[in-house]
Amino acid sequence: MGMTMSQKILAAHAHLDSVKAGQLIDAELDMVLGNDITSPVAVKVFEGAQAPCICCPEKVSMVMDHFTPNKDIKAAEQVKTVRNFANKYGVKNFFDVGEMGIEHALLPEKGLVGAGDLVIGADSHTCTYGALGAFSTGVGSTDMAAGMMTNKCWFKVPSAIRFVLKNKPAKYICGKDIILHIIGLIGVDGALYKSMEFTGDGVRYLSIDDRFTICNMAIEAGAKNGIFPVDEITRAYLAGRFTREIRAYEADEDAEYERTVEVDLSALKPTVAFPHLPENTRTREAWGDVKIDQVVIGSCTNGHISDLRIAADILRGKHVAKGVCCIIIPATNAIWKQAMHEGLFDVFLDAGAVVSTPTCGPCLGGHMGILAAAERAVATTNRNFVGRMGHVDSEVYLASPYVAAASAVAGKLAAPDEI
Amino acid sequence: MKVCGTVFKYGNDVDTDVIIPARYLNTSSETELAAHCMEDIDKEFVKKVKPGDIIVAGDNFGCGSSREHAPIAIKASGVSLVIANSFARIFYRNSINIGLPILECPEAVAAIAAGDTVSCDLAKGEIVDETTGKTFQAEPFPAFIQNIIDKGGLIKSIAARQN
Repeated sequence: MGMTMSQKILAAHAHLDSVKAGQLIDAELDMVLGNDITSPVAVKVFEGAQAPCICCPEKVSMVMDHFTPNKDIKAAEQVKTVRNFANKYGVKNFFDVGEMGIEHALLPEKGLVGAGDLVIGADSHTCTYGALGAFSTGVGSTDMAAGMMTNKCWFKVPSAIRFVLKNKPAKYICGKDIILHIIGLIGVDGALYKSMEFTGDGVRYLSIDDRFTICNMAIEAGAKNGIFPVDEITRAYLAGRFTREIRAYEADEDAEYERTVEVDLSALKPTVAFPHLPENTRTREAWGDVKIDQVVIGSCTNGHISDLRIAADILRGKHVAKGVCCIIIPATNAIWKQAMHEGLFDVFLDAGAVVSTPTCGPCLGGHMGILAAAERAVATTNRNFVGRMGHVDSEVYLASPYVAAASAVAGKLAAPDEI
Repeated sequence: MKVCGTVFKYGNDVDTDVIIPARYLNTSSETELAAHCMEDIDKEFVKKVKPGDIIVAGDNFGCGSSREHAPIAIKASGVSLVIANSFARIFYRNSINIGLPILECPEAVAAIAAGDTVSCDLAKGEIVDETTGKTFQAEPFPAFIQNIIDKGGLIKSIAARQN
């Protein structure tokens, strides 16, 4: 029996010739990640275990991104705890304000993760790096602590669902519409414990940013990881950033998949996930008249340069509707600088939007754009659970940067060709 | 170990944002987290929960964020066991790793009502609805995972392996 791409990466890191779905393995890690929310708990566990040192400090990254710049005293205390820990134990890849970005945009940008890697992160969206051909999955703080202590993690080898992406995406369709469409199709537990492996001729039309968006939201279908094959687009992105050897794994021809789902990218329509689950997807004809109060364009899902360019293309020469706060959050400092040099900030500011420093901020209801009761936001973020962006009676509509920017102009949920 | 308590019952896809909203993640204090446990799905929970009580829920319990604060909040609130049809995978790992007992048992979930008194022999996975007298058998854990549970969590199991 052949192996899936994900299984091959796990087998290699467990030093086994082959693995099969359901097998429990211990595997060596290429990177262990934590942020300002999950690292403090991991620090507590690590210090409680009286571990003498971090096994491989160069394989640990700590990114202060969720509540930073620190939103309150408690948040500042948490960052201080992690900063002191990083200094004490020699964690070079500690990223504070000024160097940080949203973790899942920052680590690829810095070349800290790449093709063939096995990565765990104490953040559920760690699955993002599958875009680069890595096996990458979210864990909790205790797993992070154990990963720092031993450079290993236990895994149950996942079975997989194969998504065959066909044809060129239709106009105004980007990675976000593709993954929302898929989650709508299979549900928020449609890929529970499984790998989502993306393949097909449509892959070559997807930019690395589209792939980041798609893999980022694999967790919203319950998946353990999402993964793309390594191709010229991957190699072009990794070139000059990722200094370790590129290990391009391919699924065997006789790899076993639990099911195969075909998606015709040319037939997709702008897709929005209505409250309060990412699976509640609707295309334009079913949106109705949804008045909005806020738009957020950013996050680990859609805070990349291509997302900001899309938003600028829609907002250029137009103005955000009266009564709508439009908040744009470049995911990293490098993206911020690039957007500034391209003149995108002029477009945003002239349109009446604001540009924030990189932060996860409003995505998880942290800071920098919290909703009051009964307020509604269209966001390019990844979750629309009850209370996710603020008050328990507020609502979040998940959308692409095209739809989010168009909605900001319209003052209601709107498609890009409507404004 | 045997546990016994009153049941709090919830539906499918209970996410970690309602188990412990992100606005409280600026602390890792167990007591502070427990004080807000389940706040955005059930405001009465923290007022009513007693040591030993049991949460029963549907599919995909604990979906969403990787925050270990979610099982920590549940455990620190006194809950002795979570029974669900299925668990989201990070929540599953986190619970095993920190020693919050969890069991998958769709038959029990279907039959047990909110407010019932339920007992469970955790080692055997035997669930008894003391209110109705019905009994259920949960799925056993794989030996590898049972070993982590028996050792008292991931860190203790690693220490045991290294010694």
